[in-house]
Amino acid sequence: MAAKPTTVLDSRALARTLRRIADEIVELFDGVDNLIFVGIQRRGVQLSDRLADILDDREQVKVPRGSLDITLYRDDLQTVGPRPVVGPTKLPWDLNGKRVLIVDDVLHTGRTVRAALDELADFGRPSRIALAVLVDRGGRELPIHADIVGKRVDVAPTDRVDVLVSEIDGSDSVVLVRREDAA
Amino acid sequence: MTTPLGKDLLALEPLTPEQIRLILDTAEPFKEISERAIKKVPALRGSTIVNLFFEASTRTRVSFEFAEKRLSADTVNVAASGSSVSKGETLVDTARNLEAMRIDMVVIRHSASGAAQFLAERIESNVINAGDGTHEHPTQGLLDLLTLRDRFGTLEGRRICICGDVLHSRVARSNIWGLKKMGAVVGVCGPRSLLPNAIAELGVEVFDRIEAAIEWAEALNVLRLQLERMQAGYIPSLREYNRVFGVTRERLERAPRDLLILHPGPMNRGVEIDSDVADGPHSVILEQVTNGVAVRMAVLYLLAGGAPELADAAKGGSDR
Repeated sequence: MAAKPTTVLDSRALARTLRRIADEIVELFDGVDNLIFVGIQRRGVQLSDRLADILDDREQVKVPRGSLDITLYRDDLQTVGPRPVVGPTKLPWDLNGKRVLIVDDVLHTGRTVRAALDELADFGRPSRIALAVLVDRGGRELPIHADIVGKRVDVAPTDRVDVLVSEIDGSDSVVLVRREDAA
Repeated sequence: MTTPLGKDLLALEPLTPEQIRLILDTAEPFKEISERAIKKVPALRGSTIVNLFFEASTRTRVSFEFAEKRLSADTVNVAASGSSVSKGETLVDTARNLEAMRIDMVVIRHSASGAAQFLAERIESNVINAGDGTHEHPTQGLLDLLTLRDRFGTLEGRRICICGDVLHSRVARSNIWGLKKMGAVVGVCGPRSLLPNAIAELGVEVFDRIEAAIEWAEALNVLRLQLERMQAGYIPSLREYNRVFGVTRERLERAPRDLLILHPGPMNRGVEIDSDVADGPHSVILEQVTNGVAVRMAVLYLLAGGAPELADAAKGGSDR
């Protein structure tokens, strides 16, 4: 399996992209009042925390941040065979009437976001839910779109786009792994 | 398709430490689901589970049923009385008939040791042992492990003493196997008439006096003293038992450290455990009950599928 990773964003470009996403969040929501950040396990959580940190600093507030593990809401759970590891979900608030920003690393088929929307509905009825992703790689299988996109990349369906974050992977970057021999 | 646990959960004895750790680690995120406004996730939607209880049980049956419902499985409860079992149908016939109605899992409680395994070898569905005779009660063992691990951080090297009627207790057996596999040091304490003869061969410390056990242990798992044992001549009287082996506040106050107190229920207050201990600050008895639902959810979730992927792979590749 020949796989050669190419860097899409290095750590400085990733930091710059996050600052721009933070700007767009403030614009989209006209401030951060009544707004809750929800990162999707796993790397969406770290990205969400960093965006919230940027806004804490800039807006002099403490933006509430939660995490969501969508494993139990996957639409392929009955057929996927192996049982995926379930990560922690932390949403200790009533979401009724709140504004929620879902943060994930890569938007691809849209199935993760579909699962996240279903799961959020079990926590209440937010007045608005928006989606911010670091990378949109195309290839949607559901009618889902992101409100804020850090970087769009055009890749073949067999390619992989990996977001690496220092908290988990030791360094920050976005890499593209081409699978040349994949069908 | 085999899972990392195999088809069934029949006992803790055959499990590896990694398998036990997988169940406990999986149980952690499931705790949060029971705190939600809507206590339900769609993970087992479409699965049908039969709870086949041939013995009286409130806690275990209700706990399994909550676990099943919170995972969105469809559940049916069959009790021995009021079913065709009371007309003389055999266990296997009962299960095969249920299986012909397309079920996916059976949770079985039975008074005969080995009943769960007997069934598991004869039907396709996943079988979970909810207590078989004096053999094992694996999910109770697991919830005890989870409760102790939560409090201690790790079970490695911790000293846990199981007190009371070890001879007749499936909870004691599951605890001994599970605790030892997780690296804990296990003691047992009770009248010699209620300890198996060869108990020391399991590699446990044996205490004849509750005072010595309390001095040694960091946690006590106090077993229920079944009241029938007195008629059968195992102990002279309940009062005598309480006087010699009862876990009382006075005895605990003399201990060199605070002990965690566990009890699998239902309790005989004033016999094996005093009320002010059961309701005291070091009792984790209700935590055990809460953890029971999470552990059973984890077991159901893991048995319903194949081997777990790594967390990264779970959300990787083409599935975003």
